[in-house]
Amino acid sequence: MSLVNFTAREITCKIVYYGPGRSGKTTNLQYVYGRVPESRRGRMVSLATQTDRTLFFDFLPLELGSISGFTTKFQLYTVPGQSYYNATRKLVLQGADGVVFVADSQARRFDDNLESLQNLQDNLLSQGVDIRQLPVVFQYNKQDLPRDLILTSEEMDDALNFRSVQSFSADALHGSGVFETLKGVSELVLKRLAAGSAVA
Amino acid sequence: MTATLNPHYRFDTLVVGAANRLAFTAAKAVAESPGTVYNPLFIYARPGLGKTHLLMGIGHAARAINPALSVEYLTLDEFVESFHAAVAAGQGEAYRRRFIDVDLLLVDDVQFLTHRREMQAELLRLSDALQTNNRQIVLTSDRPPSEIEALDERLIRRFAGGLVIDIGAPDYETRVAILRRKAEERRARFGEGVLEAVGSLVIDNVRELLGALNRLVAFQAVSDAPLQPAQAKALATGSDLTTTTPKADTTPPPAAPVRSATVDEFSDFLTEVSATVAQQVDLWRTKVAAAILRWEGEGFSTARLEALLQQEMTSDPERVLNQFESDVRKLQALHAEAAELAPSLAGSSAFRDPEDIAGAEALTQRARQGAHPPPAPLPIWRLDDLFEAAGNRMALQAARAIVTEPAKRYNPLVIVGVSGVGKTHLLHALGNALAARVEGSVACLSAHEFTGELIEAIDRDAVGAWRARYRGSAAFLLDDVHLVAQKDRTQDELFVLFNFLMEAGRQMVYTSAVPLAELTAVESRLRTRLEGGLVVDLPAPEREIRQQVVERLLQAKVGAVDPDLAGYLGSRAVESVRAVHGLLQRVLNAAEAQGHPPTASLAREVLEGAPPKPVRRPAASRSSGIVAPAGGVRSREKVVWDWPDVGDRIVEEWR
Repeated sequence: MSLVNFTAREITCKIVYYGPGRSGKTTNLQYVYGRVPESRRGRMVSLATQTDRTLFFDFLPLELGSISGFTTKFQLYTVPGQSYYNATRKLVLQGADGVVFVADSQARRFDDNLESLQNLQDNLLSQGVDIRQLPVVFQYNKQDLPRDLILTSEEMDDALNFRSVQSFSADALHGSGVFETLKGVSELVLKRLAAGSAVA
Repeated sequence: MTATLNPHYRFDTLVVGAANRLAFTAAKAVAESPGTVYNPLFIYARPGLGKTHLLMGIGHAARAINPALSVEYLTLDEFVESFHAAVAAGQGEAYRRRFIDVDLLLVDDVQFLTHRREMQAELLRLSDALQTNNRQIVLTSDRPPSEIEALDERLIRRFAGGLVIDIGAPDYETRVAILRRKAEERRARFGEGVLEAVGSLVIDNVRELLGALNRLVAFQAVSDAPLQPAQAKALATGSDLTTTTPKADTTPPPAAPVRSATVDEFSDFLTEVSATVAQQVDLWRTKVAAAILRWEGEGFSTARLEALLQQEMTSDPERVLNQFESDVRKLQALHAEAAELAPSLAGSSAFRDPEDIAGAEALTQRARQGAHPPPAPLPIWRLDDLFEAAGNRMALQAARAIVTEPAKRYNPLVIVGVSGVGKTHLLHALGNALAARVEGSVACLSAHEFTGELIEAIDRDAVGAWRARYRGSAAFLLDDVHLVAQKDRTQDELFVLFNFLMEAGRQMVYTSAVPLAELTAVESRLRTRLEGGLVVDLPAPEREIRQQVVERLLQAKVGAVDPDLAGYLGSRAVESVRAVHGLLQRVLNAAEAQGHPPTASLAREVLEGAPPKPVRRPAASRSSGIVAPAGGVRSREKVVWDWPDVGDRIVEEWR
């Protein structure tokens, strides 16, 4: 996937929200969807089960209009978190320009976060992508929950963010940290403009 | 011309108001006739009031009037950095010359001269040199010269000697005009009074004013309702928009409750993305500009990159940059090769234009072939002139086959025969026939010359070029290959050359006076390769050939052929054609001394019979330098009746 198409004067960014099941990836997308004027957003495609769990993936196209002469489009995807949907996750991950890892801050989900992060690394590697070369940010969601149930951002950083990439505290349900995360990953992705095309 | 001039910073995009009218008028005058009025022109203003715009505008306008004008724009920091780099590289003088030849020098941000004594001295010297030659210098600063801390008094006086002028903050009308102009450029439409409302705010920095406009544009892009003047004012000053947020942005997602602070997160996001993209696009611009400076500094034409900057990124800059750099590398490689082959090509401008690689390649190709072509076969010897008999038939047929299909049939061909049987003759004749057949040069030389050239090349440290000459030849013919015996380096070079030419499908022919099996002092790797081709013997000439040779010589020297004489001389048993020449020469000398034409009886008398009357050879007679090494009755052969004179003997030995 080409991030910048100079011939068509188009910038396309594919951003994938990754993380364990029920960590709030779809909630992130729903919040973004709600804040975008209708003219700028495409239809949000959500394939969910009866209990609102993501079955396949969510897809939200955003048209940001002409920026510096480039028609700029963002495509936001989520993956299904449950471990048995790995084939889908691999598929969605293909050609990603950036990844938001949405971690569940609840202490009891600690192992799920680690497992999902390991799974992200493995899936990227199987596509020949080194996670260290890809723009990745962390979002520690559900930070609004009572303190005794969750790990703080610092603790989450210690546990997951051993490469010291950008991380954001969030309460996706109420929108806190959602756009900050999106801005963070977008900036990283767009800065790769200078380095040429994105991850194939 | 330096390509760092921003294409947007032209006079026609500058909004002129009361605060900058004087500066604009002076700048225009300077652009129209550089070096004649206001020299130097010194413009100062607080940041964000258009100094750089005006400075670059001068560059654009001057170039539009006279495209041949050389214009150089740089910031003081660049000036300092590149000067230090040039001094470090030992190119300080070249760096100064670069600026002294500039017609219009534009230096931005000279306030950074503070406490830089050496740069002040450099600028002073440059400014004097430019003014002496009526070349224009324009400088900008954020403060007047007198307020630049620790600035050399002489520089202050120089600046004051031209025109020092300031740009003030834009007034209300100018601010509104700037906003309108920029809104139009961005195709943004605003309701009545909106821009005026923003213009009425006391924002006296144009950059901040444009930042305010950016916020208006981003807000309007996501807003369904037109922006109101009050909203615009609030936006411009960054006030809270809680009460004025457009309807479309307040629609909460079905599952998400409204956040307490309903700032327009999407607009905010959009603004940040825009800024990042713009920054990255600008980064490309900077990268391209840096590439231009770099390659221009190294003397390459950068027209392609300059065009890229003008194109506003319509094509992939990285691809163009990579291609350009690869072209430059190619030129550098060609230049290095050509300079080695022909030193006169070193520094040639033909290797400086990446748009004309074909020209550089053609020049290098000419250097490969023409500058020092390898020795060619002697043109006097032709294959058709050779007499054919049973003994040399095989060698001649092989030679003809090679001419018909070079490098296809017998490669290499090795001709073995004792001295004087005509190997060299055959080799050169074959070389000439090949030269007429193949494209490119045919190298034909003796192993002795080959070694001599190699020694000379080692001495000149030009072995690479020497190798290139032979590698570039279409066919390689080496006489007397047996002479490479015990010359290890020559053998090494010949071995490598052999492999190269064989792989490249070029014909090779060698001669040897010694059978290959006896070439024990030649490395076996080379010897076996020679044996791997066709080895033909060239035996001593038969009577038939000897007679034909004599007839031809008589025809050439006397103008008539005496069949008896030719028959007699042909019947003399000699080992080589060269000996036949010697016999005939002796007869001719005797005939000349006696004043008679050469006959068979005279020949008998000279070669085997009674001694002829003693004759004094004319002192200047050097009709032949060849002594017959054989012929006549054996006992007679040991008595030399007619020694050649001393000079002739020396010639003979030298040969």
